[in-house]
Amino acid sequence: MMNIHFFKFASFLYLFGTLAYLAYIFFLKGALSKIAVTIVSIGFASHTLALLTRYVEAGHTPVTNLHESLSFFAWMIIGILLMANLKYKVKVLGSFLTPIALTLMLFAFALPKEIFPLAPVLKSFWHPFHVIFAFLGNAIFTLTFCCGVMYLIQEHQLKSKKMGAITKRLPPLNLLDDLSYQSLKFGFPLLTLGIITGAVWAEYAWGRYWNWDPKETWSLITWLFYAALLHQRLTVGWRGRKAAMMAIVGFLAVLFTFLGVNLLLPGLHTYSNW
Amino acid sequence: MELLVVGLNHNTAPIKIRECLAFPEDKIEDALYKVHILPSVKESMIVSTCNRVEVYAATRETEKAIHDLKDFLSQYHGISLKEFEKSLYTHVGEEAVRHIFRVASSLDSMVLGEPQILGQIKEAYDFSQQVKTSGLILHRLLHRAFHVAKRVRTETKIAISAVSVSSVAVELAEKIFGTLKKKTVLLIGAGEMCELASRYLVSGGVEKILVTNRTYERAVSLAQEFRGEAIPFEDIAQGLKKTDIVISAANSAQYLIGHDQMTKTMKDRKQKPIFFIDIADPRDIEPKVGDIENVYLYNIDDLQKVANENIKDREKEAQRAEAIVQDEVVKFVNWYRSLDVTPTIVALRKKFEEIRKKELEKTLSLHPNLSDKEKKSLEALTSAIINKILHTPITLLKQTNEEAMADLYLDALHALFGLPEKSLETFLEKFEEAEEKEETHLENAL
Repeated sequence: MMNIHFFKFASFLYLFGTLAYLAYIFFLKGALSKIAVTIVSIGFASHTLALLTRYVEAGHTPVTNLHESLSFFAWMIIGILLMANLKYKVKVLGSFLTPIALTLMLFAFALPKEIFPLAPVLKSFWHPFHVIFAFLGNAIFTLTFCCGVMYLIQEHQLKSKKMGAITKRLPPLNLLDDLSYQSLKFGFPLLTLGIITGAVWAEYAWGRYWNWDPKETWSLITWLFYAALLHQRLTVGWRGRKAAMMAIVGFLAVLFTFLGVNLLLPGLHTYSNW
Repeated sequence: MELLVVGLNHNTAPIKIRECLAFPEDKIEDALYKVHILPSVKESMIVSTCNRVEVYAATRETEKAIHDLKDFLSQYHGISLKEFEKSLYTHVGEEAVRHIFRVASSLDSMVLGEPQILGQIKEAYDFSQQVKTSGLILHRLLHRAFHVAKRVRTETKIAISAVSVSSVAVELAEKIFGTLKKKTVLLIGAGEMCELASRYLVSGGVEKILVTNRTYERAVSLAQEFRGEAIPFEDIAQGLKKTDIVISAANSAQYLIGHDQMTKTMKDRKQKPIFFIDIADPRDIEPKVGDIENVYLYNIDDLQKVANENIKDREKEAQRAEAIVQDEVVKFVNWYRSLDVTPTIVALRKKFEEIRKKELEKTLSLHPNLSDKEKKSLEALTSAIINKILHTPITLLKQTNEEAMADLYLDALHALFGLPEKSLETFLEKFEEAEEKEETHLENAL
């Protein structure tokens, strides 16, 4: 059970990384953000090993139950954070993303962690592609969500003419809007690919491309939502507050598709309940 | 050696006197030479900015040096001492150390926490180094001052927020647009504030300036001044489509820019954000414009309010900075007090050590059969005896703060143990070598 050890170690480091990031946003000391990045990077490496060892131990892509999905989602989020750190100098991003990843890890931690033999329906060439695309899209939308939250707070501060501790800690509006737009442009095609590969796989597994089970329906709703946001941005020049609010609502749809459907609505995707 | 500073600043002297006593940059070297040839002054440095004129010196004759420096100021500038003596302050010893630390950390500045002063002090120090009027004491003092300034800057938030209306405007613009590069500013009307704010924005990287005025000729001449582009007053609406920041100072009787017009303009702009700074009285821009999405409207009072709050913050931070200064003053004063006693302590230790070595060698040559272990315990025994004997006098020397007492002890030690003449200079030379390492380290840190 090497993978569990790596998983626990990663969770542990994410906890400290989150604390360092929160300390950073509070004290605004550059050293703290460097410490945080280092801790989270080591945590990410350990998490990667956890997934690899689990892959070897299970013999299939380890995204087949809720524990694995949550862990995979968190891994993707941290990966996106580390990548965004390379390109954008928005250090406070970590203060928003790591708590989300940590929460996912804690839920994953509490769930049964045993490896079960793969359900026959999941044995497919398409399965790994489907989950990787879908989760990568979701992880990027998490980033879009955080940008949206930061944007709304910052915009409120500037509109109400308060230039205080909060304004100082959050990035400029244009940067947030840009990052939000860029992430949308990356996230949307990935979500699309996730749905397409899912449909192809469904054709193999169930004999139909589209079954209108709740997971599929909600994915479609989420997809339409982001499509609308992207469309508005490209054509009407929607930006700023409206776009930020839509990014937040869109992420709620993502969460519902991912968790709500599993827990509340029965359907073909039920193997990922626990 | 005693440190002292003679000078005046914006608190003690009116601008007229400050101007009279200021040293232009090209005269500082010459002035430093003139200070340096005063026999009472060993080391010196001159700080001259528009808010302060100060001469720092290290001396052995404090009273005489103060007198000489005052005379120097008067003679150099050809003003009788009577005219400015009331404005002068003199700080000696610990107070002088505290003064330079506070000045370098911008705690003594007119605008608390303003960053220029540190650069000015560095410049003054560079001058004194070029003409070699600063020696070890000022050397060390200034490096500590830079260190203190750095601590204050990093450990307190004294310089973190903008405190002038113009800098608040720039800070806001940066919080909206991120970088100001490739941004366009539209100036409506003219005035000092307008000019100041646009200068700040240009230094912040703004690329293009559009200028408009009721009379087109005036707009053209203003545009030349800012190296911008003049547009007719009627074309403001057109201008609004291609600018990011608007500074309005037209004092128009009616609103120049209204809510409905701006809502339409925002559509044409594809909702690109725009930042209005209304410094006119009465206002040029309808306040409701600020409710439009992606429009940020600040008037002069809003900016002033932000600036005032930041000033209050700085004053709070200044108290924490004073604690840092105090901490560093104590450290420095301990160091420079120890300058008087350290050569004696070194000489005393050397003397005892020589005796110990000699006697130990004698004993060892008498007993050639001693084992290594026995030799070692003899070594340890003799060292321990010396250390025990010297412990009390050395501690006493280091702890004596009173100069007269310290001198008494020093003289007694030199007489009783026949120590070589106490020579601070030779000691300092050696000391300087050892210090160099730390200094390069400090410089790197800065």
